[in-house]
Amino acid sequence: MVTKPQIETPVSRRQFLRNGARLAALTGLGALAGVMSNRARADGWVWQIDPAKCLHCGNCASNCVLEQSAVKCVHAFAVCGYCQLCTGFFAPDPNQLTTGAENQLCPTAALQRTYVEDPYYQYTIDENLCIGCARCVEGCNRFGNGSLFLQIRHDRCVHCNECAIARTCPGDAFRRVPARQPYLLKTTAR
Amino acid sequence: MYSGASVFGEQRFPPPDFESGYQLPVAATPPARGLAFQYLDVAVLVVALGVALWLIYRRRSRRGLFWLSLFSLGYFGFYRKGCICPIGSPQNIVLGLCNPGYSVPVTVIAFFVLPLAVALFAGRAFCAGVCPQGAIQDFFLIKPLKVPGWLEQGLGIIPFLFLGAGLAYAATGTGFVICRYDPFVPLFRFSGSMFILLAGAGFLLLGMFVGRPYCRFLCPYGALLKTASLVSKWRVRVTPDYCTQCRLCEDSCPFGVIRQPSAGALAPRLLDRERRRLGWLLVALPVLVIGGGWAGSKLGPAAARLHPTVMLAERYARQQRKPVSYGVMTPEALSLARVESNPEAVLSEAANLRWRVDLATVLFGGWAGLVLGVKLIALSIQQKRNDYEPDHGGCLACGRCFSYCPNERVRLGLLPAEQMADTAK
Repeated sequence: MVTKPQIETPVSRRQFLRNGARLAALTGLGALAGVMSNRARADGWVWQIDPAKCLHCGNCASNCVLEQSAVKCVHAFAVCGYCQLCTGFFAPDPNQLTTGAENQLCPTAALQRTYVEDPYYQYTIDENLCIGCARCVEGCNRFGNGSLFLQIRHDRCVHCNECAIARTCPGDAFRRVPARQPYLLKTTAR
Repeated sequence: MYSGASVFGEQRFPPPDFESGYQLPVAATPPARGLAFQYLDVAVLVVALGVALWLIYRRRSRRGLFWLSLFSLGYFGFYRKGCICPIGSPQNIVLGLCNPGYSVPVTVIAFFVLPLAVALFAGRAFCAGVCPQGAIQDFFLIKPLKVPGWLEQGLGIIPFLFLGAGLAYAATGTGFVICRYDPFVPLFRFSGSMFILLAGAGFLLLGMFVGRPYCRFLCPYGALLKTASLVSKWRVRVTPDYCTQCRLCEDSCPFGVIRQPSAGALAPRLLDRERRRLGWLLVALPVLVIGGGWAGSKLGPAAARLHPTVMLAERYARQQRKPVSYGVMTPEALSLARVESNPEAVLSEAANLRWRVDLATVLFGGWAGLVLGVKLIALSIQQKRNDYEPDHGGCLACGRCFSYCPNERVRLGLLPAEQMADTAK
């Protein structure tokens, strides 16, 4: 190789290429961020179940990444008929209409029945016991008003980027909703 | 017997008129984590990146970086449960670009852009002290073994392929595979599927002997940071001032990225051969890209099957040909019943998705060819190095090598400066 006389340059060729590449990458990154934030939303998304599409299959109880699923049953009291023979509470053909475990549909006795006035009973959900298996939801929707439904509880949900239950939902009922309105509550039957 | 007897919009049992003055309770709706907390995450990220830069370039303190990564493991790992993290953020960005119905939250954009912008100027400060996934592997590192060069270089292209696959899946809306197969987030949550928990444990066990295996051989965001830090303005150096070529730092890096000074110009005959090889590789690059795209087009049908809707459409088609009976109320039976109520909608959506996945796999194949070609070209270009210094892309800026340098010891006052006189020059 012929050795050229060393010329005093402020930047070497490699340095110049690197500076150029960095500038280009920064411009690209800035443009991407600009395009994105143009359509971005401040509050972000959370996952939620659309009760109208939920098929009560029971996946929610087992497919959440949490050991205790973040999906729980929720009761729309305004829709409830306060039935004495609640098909969400009682197993099909119960021996007696009492709170005996053999009569209950709920595997964990999370659905609790309290007397209001004759012949009405109030049904509330103990979220610490509820596992989100949707048996009561199925019973209530099939024969009753459909006031019981599943919702992701956002104090429990860890907000995975990709919801592990959504991936296997047979009803395609999971969708991202704005974090400002994180629930899809039932206000009317069905 | 009872099914199908539903009356829409009307209650089967009208709400009672209570006489006892009973008040209807209201179902509690605990809110999601507040917006202020999301901005707090971004603020913590910014501060942690700033502290990392200060520790790497000003203080040159491995101990400081250790404590910073311990904090990051606590905050981003165990407190924030590994979500939100930059590793998965490229998927959100791509989904936002390809799906007009999804707008990326501002915090996710910040988590994607900030570590990359820092890497463009000052290397992988994020990997050094802010990433919880990196931190947990770092703590398990006890006896780093040297990975042979060919294996290191070969496995080193996996992150780029994983990045391409992750983006292809995100763009088609199939899913976020990078998040799904993150081995450490389930450990932060103390819950997850058996497979992924075992994978996490496996990575930690491997990480006892191979430094940060996920970061080096799998992390897709690491691939982006690696590329960005190739052009960074400031670089991590082993020595604080000048290199005496004492070779003490040679084996100090547990990630094997400290490079020797280049051996000088090659003999002219060898140089000629090297040049010819480089020329051939440059010619082969477009061939590799096109070949990769062609191979990718063959992957289309298999890749599409991973999308839940396509999978459902195929199950429906199979069911039409040869009915299989699934149990009552099983997810399979319920989803098939949903298709049967409106087959057109699902089948047309599946056809549309297949087309999109086909395009994505062709692009992925091309990307894989490009990665392979560029890697081969990079391997046949001689980097000129005068001193022992870390590889610009591979250096995780962990600061372990600093204390091996005698000049660093002089700087810290651990070694009298006059002892250096005979070793220098």
